[in-house]
Amino acid sequence: MMKTTVQVEGLRVVRGGREVLHDLGFTLPAGQVIGLLGPSGCGKSTLMRVVTGVQAGVTGSVTVLGEPAGSAAVRSRIGYVTQAPSVYDDLTVRENLAFFARVLLPGSGAARRQRVEECVAAVRLGDHADQVVGALSGGQRSRASLAVALLGEPDLLVLDEPTVGLDPVLRVELWAMFHGLASDGATVLVSSHVMDEAERCDRLLLMRDGVFLADDTPAAIVERAGVDTVEQAFLRIVRGEEAA
Amino acid sequence: MSKRSERHGALSVSRTTAVAARVLTQIRRDHRTLAMLLVLPCLLMTLLWWMYLDAPGDAFDRLGPVLLALFPFVVMFLVTSVTTLRERSSGTLERLLAMPLGKLDFLAGYALAFGLMAAVQSVLAVGVCVWLLGLEVAGPVWLLGVVAVVDAVLGTALGLLVSAFARTEFQAVQFMPLAVVPQILLCGLFVPREALPAVLEVVSDVLPLSYAVSAMTHLTASDSTAEVWGDLAVVAGFAVAGLVLGAATLRRRTP
Repeated sequence: MMKTTVQVEGLRVVRGGREVLHDLGFTLPAGQVIGLLGPSGCGKSTLMRVVTGVQAGVTGSVTVLGEPAGSAAVRSRIGYVTQAPSVYDDLTVRENLAFFARVLLPGSGAARRQRVEECVAAVRLGDHADQVVGALSGGQRSRASLAVALLGEPDLLVLDEPTVGLDPVLRVELWAMFHGLASDGATVLVSSHVMDEAERCDRLLLMRDGVFLADDTPAAIVERAGVDTVEQAFLRIVRGEEAA
Repeated sequence: MSKRSERHGALSVSRTTAVAARVLTQIRRDHRTLAMLLVLPCLLMTLLWWMYLDAPGDAFDRLGPVLLALFPFVVMFLVTSVTTLRERSSGTLERLLAMPLGKLDFLAGYALAFGLMAAVQSVLAVGVCVWLLGLEVAGPVWLLGVVAVVDAVLGTALGLLVSAFARTEFQAVQFMPLAVVPQILLCGLFVPREALPAVLEVVSDVLPLSYAVSAMTHLTASDSTAEVWGDLAVVAGFAVAGLVLGAATLRRRTP
């Protein structure tokens, strides 16, 4: 029996008087990399904000790690990376991490410093650790932001488009890291609008206009649509729905 | 390491000091801001002294203390409202609130950092006034510094509060004339408060800066400190109320 990290039932979200997520239900098991795929504006980020507990206007039931989303007990067990790198531009990478570590991790300074170095290494920013974040490239800044999310060894990692603007080598490395975290038991929810990244996920949630079009493994989705790639499957499903 | 964090609600000293240390590092890195914070008040006090150099009477002794109360308040109001706004718009605030950080930890950290900045600023400004420019102070000089720090914390608290109502740094700066200038006009600097029209006197009675200025004026005019502590308590009360209201404007969940 697989452990469930996220359980969502009857989820609706209203933003600015408009319903943007319509009656969603799904569960995310522990130990998987789950891709949330869909075009820009389909509600991916809103759904991720619901899971991390920072979205207002939510109805329905959202349980994360056995507690209601956003409750104090689960907050320290979630790592969340927004699309905009949420780090301080005027601090160095190391200073940023050291600060968030002090907020997140009680206990000895030595253990904290070691964790900071581990996270700098995990996102391959060792050469830039003492550079001010504002002086780094976009991809480096988003990796600094990702490093902050890794600090607390979270059980659930929510990553909103973490690989935008990264070179292919680095993207492969990051995906390997996500799978490494998942095999250690974490749940990794990654959004992307790049369909070719989908093939790297254990499971896919295909999303459009606030509803799921599909929820399965990439292989199963491709097979059922009778095509070769996830992108083609997406198109096939959308056209099928529009024809129906 | 325990992954489950302790429940919070009470102020966490280590998290508060973490926020304060981080804010101070950011200020230290910004040399221009640092110079403005520390040197500008001294230069402005010197300008005031110079203006009245050839004038008869004791205008500098009368106005100097008022400005010593004003500077830390205005400067910290501006600095805080812009910094917190930046923190809101960059997503770092959302990230912090998604961590086990109490809202009061966040605000107290800011108040602590800017309070320390204000202490240094006041020591310099008071030092320049008393020892270089010959400002006459009847009460203890150190108390002048205490009043200035409390004024700065008040500025920080109000700055945090108004930053919740501003969407851009542009707007945040424009809150200065709205929230600060009326207080300057009604604090007794231009017209003694008891000589104001009745309605304005009542308004002036509920504005915190009036008490800040009154504390400073008492200090320079008399060596009895009872009234000073009374005024100081009112200013501190406003500052705490501002911080608590500011905490209420920090929302974990946003649309």
